[in-house]
Amino acid sequence: MSRDLSINVHHVTRVEGHGNIVVDVKNGVLKKAELDIVEPPRFFEAMLKGRNFHEVAIITSRICGICSLGHQMTSLKATEAALGLEISEQTEILRKILVHGATFQSNVLHALFLAAPDFLNVGSVFPLVNTHKDVVLAALRLKRLANEIAEIVSGRAVHPISIVPGGFTKLPTEKELIELKDKLAGQGMKDALFTIDVLASLAGEIPRFERETEYISLYNEKEYGLYDGVICSSDAGLIRVEEYERVTNEFIVPHSTSKHARFNRSSYMVGALARFNNSHKLLRPKAKEVAAKLGLEAPNHNPYMITVAQMVEVVHCIDDTIELIDVLLDRGIKDEKPNQEPTRFGRGVAATEVPRGILFHDYTYNRKGQIEKANCIIPTGQNLANIDDDMKKLVPEILNEPKEAITKKLEMLVRAYDPCISCSVHLLDVKFEE
Amino acid sequence: MSQSESNGKPKVAFFDFTSCEGCQLNKLNFENELLDILELVDIVEFREAMDDKAEEYDIAFIEGSISTPTCIERIYDIRRRAKVLVALGQCAVSGGINAMKNAMPMEEVQETVYGNDKYLFPSIPAMPVSAVVKVDYEVRGCPMSPPEYLHVLKSLILGRKPEIKDYAVCVECKLKENECVLEKGMFCLGPITRAGCDAICPSNGQYCTGCRGPVSNINKNGAVEMLKRYGFSTEEALKRMKMFNTNELEKEIKWGKE
Ligand code: SF4
Ligand code: SF4
Ligand code: SF4
Ligand SMILES: [Fe+2]
Repeated sequence: MSRDLSINVHHVTRVEGHGNIVVDVKNGVLKKAELDIVEPPRFFEAMLKGRNFHEVAIITSRICGICSLGHQMTSLKATEAALGLEISEQTEILRKILVHGATFQSNVLHALFLAAPDFLNVGSVFPLVNTHKDVVLAALRLKRLANEIAEIVSGRAVHPISIVPGGFTKLPTEKELIELKDKLAGQGMKDALFTIDVLASLAGEIPRFERETEYISLYNEKEYGLYDGVICSSDAGLIRVEEYERVTNEFIVPHSTSKHARFNRSSYMVGALARFNNSHKLLRPKAKEVAAKLGLEAPNHNPYMITVAQMVEVVHCIDDTIELIDVLLDRGIKDEKPNQEPTRFGRGVAATEVPRGILFHDYTYNRKGQIEKANCIIPTGQNLANIDDDMKKLVPEILNEPKEAITKKLEMLVRAYDPCISCSVHLLDVKFEE
Repeated sequence: MSQSESNGKPKVAFFDFTSCEGCQLNKLNFENELLDILELVDIVEFREAMDDKAEEYDIAFIEGSISTPTCIERIYDIRRRAKVLVALGQCAVSGGINAMKNAMPMEEVQETVYGNDKYLFPSIPAMPVSAVVKVDYEVRGCPMSPPEYLHVLKSLILGRKPEIKDYAVCVECKLKENECVLEKGMFCLGPITRAGCDAICPSNGQYCTGCRGPVSNINKNGAVEMLKRYGFSTEEALKRMKMFNTNELEKEIKWGKE
């Protein structure tokens, strides 16, 4: 077919941050298919220089309000590694609960509020209030519950307060934890399973598209790797977190204020589907059941299924949080103060699975406990090359469809990755290659 | 407020500039009130959550700082179409955390970021929205305080003037009977920071980083003297105060340089 087609979606909606989709087809030949990142840069690494170790997570949190817990968590772990600060078992369990809460919150927001309108052919969640009120109410209750986890354990859902290097400045009470557990096990799980039934009924709306790529995530042999683990590549196996630069290999492209990444192929994928593909065996049994019901089987190569994998993780996180709260209640909450006495000063690298994928923070501290050098590698940046590669395969496959249909599928593709553009343009030591 | 829509609901729009989008997200975090709010207003533009675009707005909420020439064009355009414009969150109110880079020489910042190609992407100091267009109301904080935002939104819908607090976080903190973190050996910017957050940080055992900006009658030297009493050098005291307040303090405080 010798078709000319030019698509330019200026500022993709229902994603965090500003990006444009640009597609150009001449005479049936694809000339260009890319996601342009046009968000203004924010200069975080420059701002961190000279800052005290207890201020660093407060600042990096502001890289992205949507991913604030993930940034704080990774920041604290990198600081602790650099300064030799040990944390207690209680702190670690509480942190795992927080990471579950953040994954739960963000996945619900994306799958049910931002992506779901596409499956129901509307432009936002707001008209669904009239047509699908029970689903919207369940989704709102789920989001509230996920935010409650953050509020009870860290003081605030956006930019948490009480998590600091070495521990917590305030601890949740046993009463709060018991109430939280009851809500999760009761209405919470019920609402999650209900929305999943609705999603299962819409499975036909999920575009069928396959492109195998390299899947990268944290891997932990003891549990579904979220809070910590080693780097796992579906192509290359396990790699130490300290060697992350071997994996990320960031490079600059002219159409994006955010860097791209590649490892063994021209691009790789991070996020819920990469985690599912690499760690599905470690999901809680309930989450495995849900995956089967939603037709998600590992390895899955359809990026549109990221949304489905996110809902599988919601069930995993609810179920595992209930168990972690039980462990805490069995031990009893101990009144511990944060450990903030550095035993060394130097470099520390940490990685966490945040909702959109693996996040790295890498700090070097001077002897005064102040930042000398900082580097943060963000999931969305790692996914950008993969999104471009998907578009390059997808457009020729659907070129006989009307322009509106192609545009919608491209927008849905970009949205499926749940890109967080705010995060990806924090900009580090960028150099442009022409 | 006069309504431009025949359904009688005010048209409300949300826009984001240079920011972390945390304040936008906070607006979606009113899970219990969200449906009630939707009864009262007509959300006509909210890129983060919906596809639609509109021509004019009764109330435009602006998140984020002005930090590129494109931002300036966009904010002029929004101001022309908005009857009431509200700055949402500290990035929009004062430049917030984005303004930290303003204290560093611009050349140096751009060079660290872009190397030799620093002129490819024009960047200007991070400015509050009010540096470019008239701002009618503001909701402070990083992130903005949700109850305060609801108060401003409801007042504007009812055609009332929102109430703005101008006393120190310490007042709220004492009302909550918190243990003062200064006594625990931390520093705290509560004495010079504008209330309205219910002292949420000290209530969680953490110090106040001054994210809501200084009270209008800030005793500048007194504040530095206080921090010095707790063992901070003038330089360190200023550094701490500037985390969220570089623009205000650069403008108001000269003694750090003289
Ligand atoms: S004020 Fe804070 S929370 Fe709000 S957008 Fe700016 S950085 Fe984010
Ligand atoms: S903790 Fe901070 S805000 Fe509270 S009383 Fe002490 S100085 Fe004031
Ligand atoms: S206590 Fe201080 S830092 Fe915390 S929210 Fe209030 S003004 Fe901001
Ligand atoms: Fe983000």
